[in-house]
Amino acid sequence: MAFVSSGYNPDKPMENRISDIGPRKYDDFYPPVIAKNKGKWLYHDVIKPGVLVHVAESGDKVWTVRCGGARLMSTTHIREICEIAEKHCDGHLRFTTRNNIEFMVADEKKVDPLLKDLESRKFAGGSFKFPVGGTGTSITNIVHTQGWLHCHTPATDASGPVKATMDVLFDYFKEHKLPAKLRVSLACCLNMCGAVHCSDIAILGYHRKPPMLDHEYLDKMCEIPLAIAACPTAAIKPAKVEIGGEKVNSVAVNEPRCMFCGNCYTMCPSMPLADQEGDGIVIMAGGKVSNRISAPKFSKVVVAFIPNEPPRWPKTTDVIKQIVEAYEKGANKYERLGEWAERIGWERFFEKCELEFTHHLIDDFRDPAYFTWRQTTQFKF
Amino acid sequence: MAKHKTPLLDQLESGPWPSFVSDLKQQAEVRAKNKEKIEFQIPEDVVEDLLGILELSFKHGRTHWKHGGIVGVFGYGGGVIGRYCDQPEQFSGVAHFHTMRVNQPAGKFYTAEYLRQLCDLWDFRGSGVTNMHGSTGDIIFLGTTTRQLEEIFYEMTHNLKQDLGGSGSNLRTPSDCIGQARCEYACYDTQALCYHLTQEYQDELHRPAFPYKFKFKFDGCPNCCVASIARADMSFIGTWKDDIRIDEEAVQAYIGGEIAPNANDHSGRDWGAFDIQKEVIDLCPTECMWMEDGKLKIDNKECNRCMHCINVMPRALRIGKDTGLSILVGAKAPILDGAQMSSMLVPFVKAEEPYDEIKEVIEAIWDWWMEEGKNRERLGELMKRQGFQKLLEVTGIDPDPRMVQEPRSNPYIFWKEDEVPGGFTRDINEFRKYHQR
Repeated sequence: MAFVSSGYNPDKPMENRISDIGPRKYDDFYPPVIAKNKGKWLYHDVIKPGVLVHVAESGDKVWTVRCGGARLMSTTHIREICEIAEKHCDGHLRFTTRNNIEFMVADEKKVDPLLKDLESRKFAGGSFKFPVGGTGTSITNIVHTQGWLHCHTPATDASGPVKATMDVLFDYFKEHKLPAKLRVSLACCLNMCGAVHCSDIAILGYHRKPPMLDHEYLDKMCEIPLAIAACPTAAIKPAKVEIGGEKVNSVAVNEPRCMFCGNCYTMCPSMPLADQEGDGIVIMAGGKVSNRISAPKFSKVVVAFIPNEPPRWPKTTDVIKQIVEAYEKGANKYERLGEWAERIGWERFFEKCELEFTHHLIDDFRDPAYFTWRQTTQFKF
Repeated sequence: MAKHKTPLLDQLESGPWPSFVSDLKQQAEVRAKNKEKIEFQIPEDVVEDLLGILELSFKHGRTHWKHGGIVGVFGYGGGVIGRYCDQPEQFSGVAHFHTMRVNQPAGKFYTAEYLRQLCDLWDFRGSGVTNMHGSTGDIIFLGTTTRQLEEIFYEMTHNLKQDLGGSGSNLRTPSDCIGQARCEYACYDTQALCYHLTQEYQDELHRPAFPYKFKFKFDGCPNCCVASIARADMSFIGTWKDDIRIDEEAVQAYIGGEIAPNANDHSGRDWGAFDIQKEVIDLCPTECMWMEDGKLKIDNKECNRCMHCINVMPRALRIGKDTGLSILVGAKAPILDGAQMSSMLVPFVKAEEPYDEIKEVIEAIWDWWMEEGKNRERLGELMKRQGFQKLLEVTGIDPDPRMVQEPRSNPYIFWKEDEVPGGFTRDINEFRKYHQR
């Protein structure tokens, strides 16, 4: 493994340096039918789950085959995607905002061979490499964060629960059988890199124990004022602690005030809070980002805590399935999960989904909490 | 023979959904065999060790990654996230495992040729493990060593004409929906605007000078497929001002059942015959549609462009022609002070190059936020702290009822001195002439 230089000279970092060039320009990569008809599309149809056709003013059509996949992807897998794109699509492809892969062809005759090819490819372990689906009223791919694979603050894994959940929801990915689209997202801690707070169903990692304090190292590894300032609830204050007969600077945590956000840990590695029993999953439901019919909505916490159960998180996937099935059965056509819950009332939502309502689900975080309490006599028995 | 036993992860190889475990295992094998005789610049067994340390997390129920260190490329303050594992003796291949964010092309269109170039570079100088794509939109290269960072950056800029994305307290890599490239609902060219602003603000993207992260996201229409309203400090959402275009013949075809509603999105279940009254007109949130002499009528002035009728009947109804975008500001995920969605600031602006009007709003907001924002305070939090009026003041935008859901329900208005005739300075003695103590 001898070092091979790229041409970069560490002694003269500015020599031949290229910077601030930004991304490659989008139209370098357009398939010809896209380049030609951009801005002139008339309508689209979803021929069957996973297969779209877009029709342009010119009469041109482009067929898109959408397939799911893990966003965690090896170069081996990407090379296989490239091979498929070259075999069927003149080397063109794209990814969606929900980590699906889209192969586009301008000739209808190319659709079936492409579909057959995609569906035939499996990993050695038996799972599909390129399951086709994720359109219309299906449940499409779950957007998610890094989890235990690459993050320092997660309260759960990401790729694992996503795989387990999509296995359980697979039929919903393949079929258009829900009243409206249903978006599932996962964020592995409440910092929500995945911004799951407006999803029909959100899987959220959550810590439940305040940080441990590594007093001996805290002042050496951290800027104590930054750790104190990082706390959104002002639960951290400076403290002197005796270690081996010596007074050292450290912090104290007012534990009842801790909301377990891990911001202090982000600022100070001597305040770890991860814990096998403390950490787990919160389920939120009823959010959306679309302005269709009703305004965008936040997701609401419907299950306060489910323990982490690697490798397949069975309780989490059971709860999700319960919610999806109740929604499938109860909602009107076009009605999103949150709209359904609001129409029938949240008291009915818990009944229909067979979820227990606990005191944790009543908001007590700052001013907005008041607006979630019921200020009317209108409710259902 | 795998380097580490992974009995827990192995259970994620079964089931229909693509298994990341199977993918990582095939990658580990490809590296071990190294048929292409690549002179790997980071440990050959990096993927084996990644699987090993992930298995350990599955066993412990805790992550084994430490905080990022300060690593990066010369002259940039973002784009690279340092990552080290806390079991370097056992998993030496991932002892140093830094992330690089690579700025994705707008719309996420690719050619196989270009993707292979990325793969070649990443196999040679990194783990060969990626995210396609990260939450913000970047192509994520997961796992390389400090020494390779400059080498990767050099090859990327020189050979691939490709730059890094953002991280830290800077402009994060902007991202967009597919837009006009392949969507009939797009009200402006999301890719053009996304690319233009990304290029315009390269300095802000690479060199952290902000109080915290700042995100732009571009949605072509109110369907909001990139969730800009939930995720972006500035959300650019396409809209139109004039009338929805109606093709009455196509309306009849929907009514007659010749065309499936909602682009056939409900095909997996028998919902009965399409009923335009029940499925479109009665669901219109502003009740601005009706049938008259067998024709569909829309009172466009009352329409709030929710997109429902257009989504249901894309062949019959099209967005208007006078298109542009709305700018909403201040969305963020929960930390620190709870989740916020973006709030309406500019109801309508044309989206035409060189986008000067849009840039004026952006720069006025940045000036205010950089002056007044506290460390790690997002724009939405500053807006809450200093008020929407302050936002109007710094952007010079006139108030408009479209900015609020409803007017305030308390009368506690902070009148300013110059708003009250005569000002605040008064003579108490003059007052006392008429009002005894």
